[in-house]
Amino acid sequence: MNRTVRQFAIAATTALSLAAFSTSSALAENPDPANWDGVKEQARGQTVYWNAWGGSTRINDYIKWVGDTVSSRYGVKLEHVKLDDTAKAVATVVAEKTAGKDEGGRIDLIWINGENFAAMKRQNLLFAPGWADKLPNWALVDVENKPTITTDFTIATDGLESPWGGAKLVFFHDSNRTKELPDSIAGLLEWAKKYPGRFSYPAPPDFIGSTFLKQALSELIDDPKKLLQPVDESRFEADVAPLLAYLDDLHPLMWRKGQAFPKNYPDMRRKLADNELDIVFAFNPGEASSAIANQELPDSVRSFTFSGGTLGNTHFVAIPYNASAKAGALIVANFLLSPEAQARKQDPNFWGDPTVLNVTKLSADDRKTFEAIDLGIATLPPEKLGPMLPEPHPTWMASLEKVWLRRFGVAN
Amino acid sequence: MLSLKSIRIALRETPLIELSADVGPGDILTVMGASGSGKSTLLAMIGGYLDPAFSASGEIWLDGQEITGLAAARRQVGILFQDPLLFPHLSVGQNLLFAVPQQEKGRALRQKLAEGALRDAGLEGYFDRDPATLSGGQQARVALMRVLLSKPKALLLDEPFSKLDTALRDQIRSFVFAEARLRKLPIVMVTHDENDAAAAGGQTISL
Amino acid sequence: MLRFGPVLAIALLTGPIFCGLIAVVLPAFGYLPAIGGHEFSLQPFADLFARPGLLRSCLISLGSGLITTAISLSVVALFIAGWSGTRTFTRLQHVISPLLSVPHAAAAFGLAFLIAPSGWLVRLVSPELTGITRPPDVLIPNDPYGLSLTLGLVVKEIPFLMLVALAALPQVQPRRSTYVASSLGYGKTAGFLFAVWPRIYRQIRLAVYAVISYASSVVDVAIILGPERPSSLAVRLVGWMDDPDLALRFEASAGALLQLGVTLATLVIWFGLERLAGWIMRTQVIAGRRFSKDAPVRALGLGLSSLAAFSVFAGLFILALWSVAGFWAFPDALPQALALKSWQRSLPSIGGPFQTTIVIGVVATLLAVAITLICLERESRIGRDGGSRALLLVYIPLIVPQASFLFGLQFFFLTIGLDASYVGLVLVHLIFVLPYVFLSLSDPWRAFDPRYANLARSLGSSENRIFWRIRLPILLRAILAAAAVGFAVSIGQYLPTILIGAGRLPTITTEAVALASGGDRRVIGVYAFVQMVLPFLGFLIAVIVPAILFRNRRNLWASS
Repeated sequence: MNRTVRQFAIAATTALSLAAFSTSSALAENPDPANWDGVKEQARGQTVYWNAWGGSTRINDYIKWVGDTVSSRYGVKLEHVKLDDTAKAVATVVAEKTAGKDEGGRIDLIWINGENFAAMKRQNLLFAPGWADKLPNWALVDVENKPTITTDFTIATDGLESPWGGAKLVFFHDSNRTKELPDSIAGLLEWAKKYPGRFSYPAPPDFIGSTFLKQALSELIDDPKKLLQPVDESRFEADVAPLLAYLDDLHPLMWRKGQAFPKNYPDMRRKLADNELDIVFAFNPGEASSAIANQELPDSVRSFTFSGGTLGNTHFVAIPYNASAKAGALIVANFLLSPEAQARKQDPNFWGDPTVLNVTKLSADDRKTFEAIDLGIATLPPEKLGPMLPEPHPTWMASLEKVWLRRFGVAN
Repeated sequence: MLSLKSIRIALRETPLIELSADVGPGDILTVMGASGSGKSTLLAMIGGYLDPAFSASGEIWLDGQEITGLAAARRQVGILFQDPLLFPHLSVGQNLLFAVPQQEKGRALRQKLAEGALRDAGLEGYFDRDPATLSGGQQARVALMRVLLSKPKALLLDEPFSKLDTALRDQIRSFVFAEARLRKLPIVMVTHDENDAAAAGGQTISL
Repeated sequence: MLRFGPVLAIALLTGPIFCGLIAVVLPAFGYLPAIGGHEFSLQPFADLFARPGLLRSCLISLGSGLITTAISLSVVALFIAGWSGTRTFTRLQHVISPLLSVPHAAAAFGLAFLIAPSGWLVRLVSPELTGITRPPDVLIPNDPYGLSLTLGLVVKEIPFLMLVALAALPQVQPRRSTYVASSLGYGKTAGFLFAVWPRIYRQIRLAVYAVISYASSVVDVAIILGPERPSSLAVRLVGWMDDPDLALRFEASAGALLQLGVTLATLVIWFGLERLAGWIMRTQVIAGRRFSKDAPVRALGLGLSSLAAFSVFAGLFILALWSVAGFWAFPDALPQALALKSWQRSLPSIGGPFQTTIVIGVVATLLAVAITLICLERESRIGRDGGSRALLLVYIPLIVPQASFLFGLQFFFLTIGLDASYVGLVLVHLIFVLPYVFLSLSDPWRAFDPRYANLARSLGSSENRIFWRIRLPILLRAILAAAAVGFAVSIGQYLPTILIGAGRLPTITTEAVALASGGDRRVIGVYAFVQMVLPFLGFLIAVIVPAILFRNRRNLWASS
């Protein structure tokens, strides 16, 4: 190595190691949600970078509408950073913390729940103390009847994240094509034997794919109570053995004989429309109706669930501890809980996602707005959605994904 | 008066040209030689744009001043090639205006000079024409007027008539020679056409 | 001042690659203090090689690199050999040239919409001819052998190699050699391949190596068409770099070096193939075989080139059709209804990426054109070009695989605060735009008759006046064409944009590829259509502006 090159190499490595020592000045004053007028004032002119899954055009449009509204009403500019995996946003905050970037972070708001929330909470990467229950619109939230609002995948939310929508695993089929439907995970295998090549699920770590694994495990594990506790490594293999055996049986009966998988939910929806799949599933009871409204699915598509229950949860927004625009992020979180935003979210013409509000707490006008929403032809009414199975502890998801990738990640 | 003193041009140690000559006002020095003999290289050296691959020595004097080391733009040595090389993006008139020295200031004056040159070439009214629409003879005449407008003190001719057909060749040749003599310009012409040499009537050097 | 031009160009082309490689090599051997790597070790490589399916990922990259190049080059050689100088040749050449501007991602989407089991080809003949009402259960695209990936690359590399070869064609004066060969009784194809092709190949060699490097390390096309379990090496690399677990960075850096190795191995195998092909050709020449009946081979060359062009055009047509489709059930050959809904819904969100795409593309292109002009003008003034070594330098960014150094560059930019900034994005685009602008402009620039400049000098013009008043306007067409090429290259960039933009500066291309994972075909249609139209607009401007400026100057727009 000649001298110039060596000098350059040294300069480059110095620059790299500097990242560990970048010092931060005194922390900027954090907004206090109890003083809402102060928050509004501080938020005006801020730009909020919202890292949110960007795989659905309809959801992207909804977020765009939120951005336009908070911009005109509160002077908060909203930028949707589209992710294909929320884990990447967590990674960014981890990297910033490692590099000592304790303020001026690149992310102000994250669409989050489950293991990503657990990871951020565990590593103290969230804006604390809890702020969600101090938002003005929190009073309307249905904490009484929806336990998943305060317990996210068995982890207490402690106000570190604010809910903005509900989710429940629901299956769809085209009623013109498919007459016979399974009623459980075991029934699904029998169905697949009769109709091979007509079912599949997205490959984990896609979250819909992982949800399917958790649903299957919830039904197949010897004692479902185990799922509410963190994974016990010593028993893990035995605990998931029935699931793996089930998948070994199911895969050869699936689409492309299990050699390939749909990429995510929208891909499955497309394959239902193309007549490649007969049964698909989503984490949103209104999804099929909105897809019909959007001409993505034929109007003969209908929903069904398992009588033994399917997984359900709530999704949230959280603010990283080093966010640059915390006040702006609070404004957005609060707006997402407004009856106006929640009603639009529940409308299948825009999204079709169940609200987190308690409609009985709303004003008469707002209540009417909610009652006037046509849930759509393919949406099951709340009473027919079946029981809600709780989400397993987040460690199960991580371990399941790992074992799945090891076993099925490389086609043979 | 153009004086070439002990000019020597070589390409990688191989000598191409060695000559000395004086060319008086209105006189024509004809340099004859087969293609590849380095005739055009001589003109490039006099004009000041010799390719760096060549090495040259000797002195060039013009009107009592040595110009050997001057940049091409400051030598005041005009050149005509075998192609008229009218700038394709400019009109006929703009081609002429391009050559009018910067010392001639004022739009009206410059315009007048260019139009006068067109008249001299028998091309009145051609100012706004696209040069591509002119005949070969017309283009050759515009090219000459363009060089003359730049007020050169000497003129170099690089096989200037070889691409014209025979009838036109004599006509253009006498036009060029007459205009140059009128302005008392010393001329160096390289050619492989005996007729050019005969018509020039001056000194002839064969390479 | 001009003499800083080449220095600047060299610094811009090689500096980032050098920085990027260093920031990959160090963590690959365990050294990256910022995330806790204080000692050199081979652990990252041990972790890397323990990954399931790693060998297969490497083989996919290597195989698709080799096969793509071999097929594209053979088709181009056969077509030029069998048809150069004919009217068919000129016609197809006009059809294929615009394909160069189609971004890889858009072409890949088009192909996917065409050849998938639920794609348009099957719809076209179903159920009438096939009797099927359900898409056949076959794994296309994303087949495990990377055949769809190779196909997607081939249809885009054929136009590229074709244009490069066509540019080299006049310099080897093919007509004389082919006349001689045919007078000796050789068939048209064989005569050309024996007498002319070796000289063309020598001239386009670097371009061929660029294709090998690109095809063995491509990310966006591989995401859309490539295998999935496992993916090609470059795609898996991107996944590891994105992983929440920062410790994976060490392994990912080792992977980036492995990618460099895989591309090098592909090149080495190619060198072997070059020798083999040369040897075969020599034995045929020694044997004096005439191959005078070459009609089937000529038909093959024409057929394959036309097929490549057809599949890209058909794909683009399908993209456009999907973008205006209502519900479109399988196996209908046409949608039930046409609607502008997808456009109306996409337009509000497409605005930001659209703007970013244009700004980055225009600024990078302007800079690249300016730097290129400075270098070329300096060349004209000092009277010599940089020679073959300079050409090699220009090709470096095209031959070093992007995935091998961009990760390091991203980290480097992060430490100096240039990530997710317009400045950083323009800089990284410039690395890839500059070579193409230089390659497109240097030929017409050097072909410009030097006597015009000499004449202007003898008329008393300064060098600057000659540049602004003579060279620039006369070469305006060539300059704008080179700018259009540069703009198209900028638009096509996926990996540099996604890495340096850090997701905060999305462009049409990154948005389109993000939708690839199962997005609505209609919306993909909208984005891919916009992605395809942008470079086309660039070329349109490059044609129209000189045509208007010089509408009364026949020699400027009738020639070249």
